[in-house]
Amino acid sequence: MWDKVKEFASEFFVTGDPLIYGADVSIALTLIAIVSVLTYYKKWGWLWREWLTTVDHKRIGIMYILASVLMLFRGGVDALLMRAQLAMPELQFLPAEHYNQIFTTHGVIMILFMAMPLMFGLFNVIVPLQLGARDVAFPFLNSLSFWLFFSGAMLFNLSFVIGGSPDAGWLAYPPYSDKTFNPGYGQDFYIWGIQISGIGSLMTGINFIVTILKMRTPGMTLMKMPMFSWSVLSSCIAIVFAFPILTVTLALLFIDRYLGGHIFTLDGGGNPMMYINLIWMWGHPEVYILVLPAFGIFSEIAATFSKKKLFGYKSMVFAMMIISVVSFLTWAHHFFTMGSGADVNAFFALSTMVIAIPTGVKVFNWLFTMFRGKVTFETPMLWMIGIIPNFVIGGMTGVLLSVAPADFQYHNSYFLIAHFHQVIIAGVVFGFFAGLYYWWPKLFGFKLNERLGRLAFWLWNIGFYLCFMPQYALGLMGMTRRVYTYGWDKGWFEMNLVSTIGAVLMGAAFIVQVWDIAHSLKKMDREGTQDPWNARTLEWSIPSPAPFYNFATLPQVTHQDDWWEKKQRGWSAPAVELEPIHMPKNSGIPIIMSMFWFFSGFGLVFDWLWLTVPGFVGVLACMIVHSFNYKPDYYVPVEEVQRVEAAARRGSK
Amino acid sequence: MKTSKTARCLSVLYMFLLLFMTTGCADKYLVLNPKGPIGEQQKDLMILSTLLCLIVIVPVLILTFVIVWRYRDRKGRKAKYTPEWEHSTALETTWWGIPVVIITLIAIITVRYTYSLEPSKPLESKVEPITIQVTNLDWKWLFQYPEQGIATVNYVQFPEDVPIRFEITSDAPMNSFWIPQLGGQIYAMSGMAMVLHLQADEQGEYMGSGANYTGKGFADMYFTAKATSQEAFDQWVSEVKGTSAALTLDGYKKLAEQGTSDVRYFSSFPEGLFEMTVTKYAASHNHGLSVKARKEVRIEE
Repeated sequence: MWDKVKEFASEFFVTGDPLIYGADVSIALTLIAIVSVLTYYKKWGWLWREWLTTVDHKRIGIMYILASVLMLFRGGVDALLMRAQLAMPELQFLPAEHYNQIFTTHGVIMILFMAMPLMFGLFNVIVPLQLGARDVAFPFLNSLSFWLFFSGAMLFNLSFVIGGSPDAGWLAYPPYSDKTFNPGYGQDFYIWGIQISGIGSLMTGINFIVTILKMRTPGMTLMKMPMFSWSVLSSCIAIVFAFPILTVTLALLFIDRYLGGHIFTLDGGGNPMMYINLIWMWGHPEVYILVLPAFGIFSEIAATFSKKKLFGYKSMVFAMMIISVVSFLTWAHHFFTMGSGADVNAFFALSTMVIAIPTGVKVFNWLFTMFRGKVTFETPMLWMIGIIPNFVIGGMTGVLLSVAPADFQYHNSYFLIAHFHQVIIAGVVFGFFAGLYYWWPKLFGFKLNERLGRLAFWLWNIGFYLCFMPQYALGLMGMTRRVYTYGWDKGWFEMNLVSTIGAVLMGAAFIVQVWDIAHSLKKMDREGTQDPWNARTLEWSIPSPAPFYNFATLPQVTHQDDWWEKKQRGWSAPAVELEPIHMPKNSGIPIIMSMFWFFSGFGLVFDWLWLTVPGFVGVLACMIVHSFNYKPDYYVPVEEVQRVEAAARRGSK
Repeated sequence: MKTSKTARCLSVLYMFLLLFMTTGCADKYLVLNPKGPIGEQQKDLMILSTLLCLIVIVPVLILTFVIVWRYRDRKGRKAKYTPEWEHSTALETTWWGIPVVIITLIAIITVRYTYSLEPSKPLESKVEPITIQVTNLDWKWLFQYPEQGIATVNYVQFPEDVPIRFEITSDAPMNSFWIPQLGGQIYAMSGMAMVLHLQADEQGEYMGSGANYTGKGFADMYFTAKATSQEAFDQWVSEVKGTSAALTLDGYKKLAEQGTSDVRYFSSFPEGLFEMTVTKYAASHNHGLSVKARKEVRIEE
């Protein structure tokens, strides 16, 4: 009996690695600490009412951002571990299997559990405020999106200590990811973690399209809408068309693994090339989904910190919409070397190059926003200026890669790795950082420290160049990706060492940022947080942090950059009679339903139908209970609005 | 903040400089030091496309620096401030137009070379090509010489100035076959035989590697590709024929089991082994294998 338990435990828990035992201990300790603190301060009720059941887009956004920062930590540690292993030839710090698991989780976490939630977090906190709206179109769905993401992320992260991490790369190509070569649990955690989280992403895409199209404040036509909101619209349109592809593709892989299908297997008539096509039909739009909102952030920051209108508004809108659509026509450039033939390769090479044109146009528009403006260098603008040369070079190497016949020498080498890290880090990650620094006072009602912000900026940028520029060289030296070590005879040592040093600098930069947050939280500098940058759009017209209903009276918009125009005219808010405000009620169903999804996913990974079936039944039950909820809303009385307004204005003058 | 902007640009330039100065031998840049016609053309293409891109990129970088410097807000600044100016047809035409022209140029060049460098296209040569069949295994490369009747593991030799027709398949998860100094790679996939034409114009030993992750032993998928004179090659073939053991079907099955391998030589291999490997998985697709060839092969279980 005891033997059976031991045998089960050794399969169930990941054993034999001190790093993982350490993780087990720290996870246990952290959970105990959280539970103790909440109990001691009697905060369980508060947690439930204020955060776990909230449908307030601002709170949901903050939860997304917090989760993404934690995931940035985990993905970053993965990166540092890899770079440590590669710093010198023939190290055995991470044996092959561990290294392979780490590069897989690094990719999945950074793209799906760090960049996506950070993006959704920014969508959530800012878009309704920019539109002059009181919440998103579907607040309940919004909360459900977050908790599904959280559920999927937890499932995926759990594989580190239970069952074992996946090791087939972030896109899990078959046949290696099929049951024959990958019988373990890791690959199933991968499928369900991403599948559950992906449902949430699709819901967010729908939510924000409707919000943007239907909930703008009176007077705000689409062509008066801020550029960030336009970028969110273009990104969400891509989400809605792309994520179903991911769901179907992972479902097909699941059929192979769970039901013995031969869709992608080596034998039985399986065709792995089909998977590769399908996964990249999602995968390519996905990276544009991530970068388009970053473009929107650059537009906001360029205009605000040049004290000048964004150059070429119509052009920018057109460019983003084109990028959103054309991104669906470029997927095969991820596998030119799979032998599709010259006709196919030529088509996709062309479509890929075409996308470079609107992207480049946007860079010129940002530069000419600054031209004849009054440029100041607060932290958000510093990030923006640093991003331009960085992203432009990354884009250039993208064009080089799109030259299909040349790609046969670049593909799957470190040249490729350097390219995509450059566009993702310099474009997406730094862009979202810039957005966080920019909107931080609005979200939290206190300012971050300029000096620490500058330090983080320099460390991140210098670290980035040191880490990734040598990788272009390594690719040209013939080093391929996903090798856990390399020989002394290859001549790759120096570049790898420099690259590792760069990675360490970026790690240091992250620590500086965390320190900045802790330090600023303690200092609580609340002065002038309503509109600290003298900015241009509606979110800056309300106190920081925004009252839960956002706007006491809906703003009447007459111009682009309406808030700036109002300030220039010396406008002051007319004395308008307040009315009761229609708001959505909190709900516990999203978190409970996501918990049931978690159980289903976990059950499917271990093939425990006794857990899976109740899980799905629970999900269904939640849907039914919610559909009978006839009172999901309420009205905020005028007295309460007056009270909240008075308190908020006192706070953030 | 002016120091930071200068320091910024200078540090970027310096880093590029450092990059190239610390590399020591330029020979290490295999992709930029091709030893065969395919690699040569690919390198030319890389350089040409880089130069064309730089036509746009360099002005953008300079413009960034100039604009940020000139329009920074400070006391006594003389530069114009036009907060409402946000449209110029002339400028828009320029920065839509020039990239369109450059991209069109790159596109024309790309399409031409996509067809001329298509891997399955035979090389123009007065010499008859030599055929080498490659099988990707976990975690080693098996080379079979159908015309010479020998086989090797993790080592492939061929004469210089002779086109090589690689026929590549896989009896393991999808990999990619790459000899950087001779030319680009191609995926090695089960159920089909991909054709890759390469040629070495110089004698020498060249690094070959796998280029698509296949699991635990992937980092061991390196092999040596050696180009020698025709005489040295013929001599090597007869040496292998004379002194090495044969590769039996059982021996192949053992080789196909998961694990790495040293360099090995075989004086013969089972007839139709490569074709059998290809058709083993080819239920519905039959790239690269003629109907006649498939009919001729007896499929062992």
